[in-house]
Order: sequence, then structure tokens, then C-alpha cells
Amino acid sequence: MSGVRVAGVGLTHFGSHPERTGRDLFAEAALAAKEDAGVPLSDVEQLNVGNFAGPLSEGQGHLAPLLAEAAGLTCPATRYEEACASAGVAVREGVRTVRSGEADVVLAGGVERMTNHDTPEVTESLAIAADELFEVRAGVTFPAAYALMATAYADAYGVDEDDLKTDLANVASKNHDNAIPNEYAQYQRELTVEQALDAPPVAEPLALFDCCPITDGASAIFLVSEEYAAEHDLDAGVSVVGTGQGADRMALQDREHLARTPAADDAAAMAYDDAGIDAADVDVAEVHDCFTIAEVLAIESLGFYDPGEGLGAARRGETRADGDLPINLSGGLKAKGHPVGATGGSQIAEMTRLLRGDHPNSDKVDDAEVGVTHNAGGTVASAVVHVLEVAE
Amino acid sequence: MSDAGFDEWLHAFVADDGYYVECANGHGYLPPRRICPDCGSTEFTEESLPESGVVETITTVHVPAPAFKADAPYDTAVVDFGPARITGIVVDAEPGSIEIGDAVEADVGASETTGKDVLVLRSV
Repeated sequence: MSGVRVAGVGLTHFGSHPERTGRDLFAEAALAAKEDAGVPLSDVEQLNVGNFAGPLSEGQGHLAPLLAEAAGLTCPATRYEEACASAGVAVREGVRTVRSGEADVVLAGGVERMTNHDTPEVTESLAIAADELFEVRAGVTFPAAYALMATAYADAYGVDEDDLKTDLANVASKNHDNAIPNEYAQYQRELTVEQALDAPPVAEPLALFDCCPITDGASAIFLVSEEYAAEHDLDAGVSVVGTGQGADRMALQDREHLARTPAADDAAAMAYDDAGIDAADVDVAEVHDCFTIAEVLAIESLGFYDPGEGLGAARRGETRADGDLPINLSGGLKAKGHPVGATGGSQIAEMTRLLRGDHPNSDKVDDAEVGVTHNAGGTVASAVVHVLEVAE
Repeated sequence: MSDAGFDEWLHAFVADDGYYVECANGHGYLPPRRICPDCGSTEFTEESLPESGVVETITTVHVPAPAFKADAPYDTAVVDFGPARITGIVVDAEPGSIEIGDAVEADVGASETTGKDVLVLRSV
């Protein structure tokens, strides 16, 4: 089995770019990744691209060959759709392909165009990641689904509503702080805990600043075999050493746990076993904080905290940039932004930059050797976890 | 558009004949089901749903999808009926007034926005 290196990463700015087409966004990210990798496009043997709502947002199906063409590729191309975990799955399948020896160079990533529609329309299109018959028809939006999980969490662990809201506001504030120096982030600005607490409600107990924004953007990652990296003398100092994926029942009502995300538990166990690490070895993580409560559930599933203990981590400072285990130094989905089908690739790109030392927040994790990414689909009916390491 | 299995299940509440489907090993789900996600049983029978259930989690939605624009703000809840859980919209109560642990019954109502049938929950 071949080892897998990240040879290069590319990102667009994450933000509101309603006039830009999905194909243009992805081409920008892919060409930036090519420059970063120093690998010619003619060596790319496969394109794996994540996208969630292209058929709704742009009326465009059959995206993969279109995006390959836009990026100057002539190789086979496949679109992966796993809601907000689409790009995570695209990367995972790319890792598996390189490991198997079937390809030496895979371009993986994702793209999402969202702000060309107004918020109610986007709310409607995002909701299709939930169970259409039993949840969407019962008025469940995505914020509502995570609000149902947040309420269940508070009930399960005996947390007072005001304490719940304060701890979640600390997650939002932390991630905004982290995004300030990140040139790719949608919100490079401070958000105080008080501002978060004063925001209008979206689905109680979640308010406006508990929710990630609506974002346009793309991500692209060059995955290469160790042999290819050595043969071409590439500067590829980060390895993907673990990958895992988990699944759960689609609808909350059919889950054993309403306040836990076992799909992510399973994905983490698989990825850690694959990498030969455990949770205590992790120095830094990028997790799927589509809503503030989602970061709490993620750090519990990743084994950094016992169930019920993750809520106060940001408030206590443990997951802040200067804490023991910085979470979402990119700004996370919350402040960096969440172009749904691109996010899983963006997490890999940000973690690679953090470990290489060329991220604006790399100085917060000078000695980091092991980084984890956690990408979730829907209300974590699917989850993908990757382990990245500084190569020997 | 009709959704066989789901439509019959929803409309059974109109006649107070709400049901769930139970596999040969007693696992309860909502239809349509061909195989039990718990045990793999493919034998299902329709069983009467208890008249009321208990709210397991609930939220007040202030920012709805377009299909519920005129309904907002509204509460949506996941209710434990014992053998199966059901998600629905709370009616005939002020948003925010129903809490975890409260007893509710299921019925069919109409969305104020679209007039379409919706699984609604009402305090008992």
C-alpha cells in the first residue's frame, strides 16, 4: 500500500460571490492547488469533486466532467454527494485510490455556489439533506435539526438554558477570533460572546451567530503517492495517514442518541486505527461546526472529551488558539464559511497549511505533528475523519 | 405527487387510527419499510400507536423554509410514542410553551402557508 502525501492545496476566498459560477470557483481552486503542488495537470489521473446542491443552485447536473474541463483536466471525473460531507468523501476516495496503487495523482476537492439564491431558498435546498418525508415535511430546517440536538444535549446532561447559550456563544466567538488573520475567511472580524448572545433567534436555542453563513467557494487538494513525490522531488511535507467514515440513521427520530453523533465516533475510530494513533496524540483539529453545538458534538465524538464534557471547552479556553487543543484555527465553518460541498476539502487544505507552517495561525501550533479533520453530512448521518501528519 | 406508504400512514391519524409498523422482533418504525434497520427482519405488521407520546426534544423555529413561512414561529418536536418516535409541528399552543417531558397526541393538520397536510402535535 502506497503512502499518500498532500502535494498542494488550493482555495478560493470563502464568501459572498453571487455572480461567480461554480465552474469558475472550482477552476480557481484547482489551478491554485496546481501552482502550490508543482505538479502538471497532465499528470492528474482522476478528479473527485464534492458538490451538494449544484442541480438546485445552478440547474446543473453532471458536474464532474464540466469541472474537469474548467480546471484543464482530461482525466475521468466523478462527483461525490454526501450533503455537507461531500468533499470529505471525495478526498477519502482519492486517498484510497492512491493507496491502492491505481493512481499516483488524484485531484480531490469540492465546490458550492449558494449566495445566488436568497436565504429562504437556500434554507429549503439545505433541508433536503434531512429526511424529506418525516423531517422536512414536519417543518425541520437545518438550524432546527441542530437545535433539536442542542436541546436534547442540555436535557441529557442537565445544562441550564442560559449556560448552554453562553457556552455555545463562546464557540462562535472563538472561531471568529481564529478567522481574523485567515485571508480566505468570510468573516475576518471579532464576534464577542455578548454579540452572539444578543443575536436574533433562528431555531431556539440557536441564534444567528450559532449558525454558519451561506458561502460560495471551492477547495482543491493534490493527493500523490509517496513514490511520485520522491521521484519528482516534490515539497510535500504532509501525509494523510488515516481515513475513516461512519453512518447513522437519516432522521433524528430513528437515532438511538439525539445528543451524540455515533457516525463520527465510528469514523474517528476507523481513522485513528488506520493511522495508529489515539485521541491523545492529536495536536490540532478542524471540525464541522455548521452550528456551534456541532463543534461540541464533534470534539466529543473525536474522543477529546467525554460525552457531556465538550460544551464548556471553548469557554474554559481549552480549544482556543492558545489552549491545549486548538479547534478550528481556520475559523471553522462558522467564521471561515461553509460552501457545503467544498468544506471537507477546505479542512484538509487548512490543516495542511497549519502543519506545513504557512498558515497565518501556524505559530499557534508550532510543534504540531498530528492534525485531524472532521467533516459531517446532514445531522451527522454521515461523517468522514482524516488524520494528517508531518511527514518524516 | 403521492408517496405510497407515507400518505396512508399520515392520513390514518385523521380517523384516530395512527399506527406504526413492527417487525417480527418487536422493533417499531414508520412506513414504508421492507427490512428492519435493527435486526434485518422482513416481516412487518401494522400496530396501533399509543394515543399520546412524550416530547423528547423541541425547538421554536423563527426562520422557516418557504413552505412554512406563514406558520413561523412554530415549535417542532421529536416525540417518543414508545415503540416509535414521530417528528411534528406543535399546534394550539404558544410557541415555546411545550417542554421536554410534556404529553402530546399526533394528528393531521394543514400548513398555514401551503395548505398541505402536516403531522401536527397537540397537548393532551
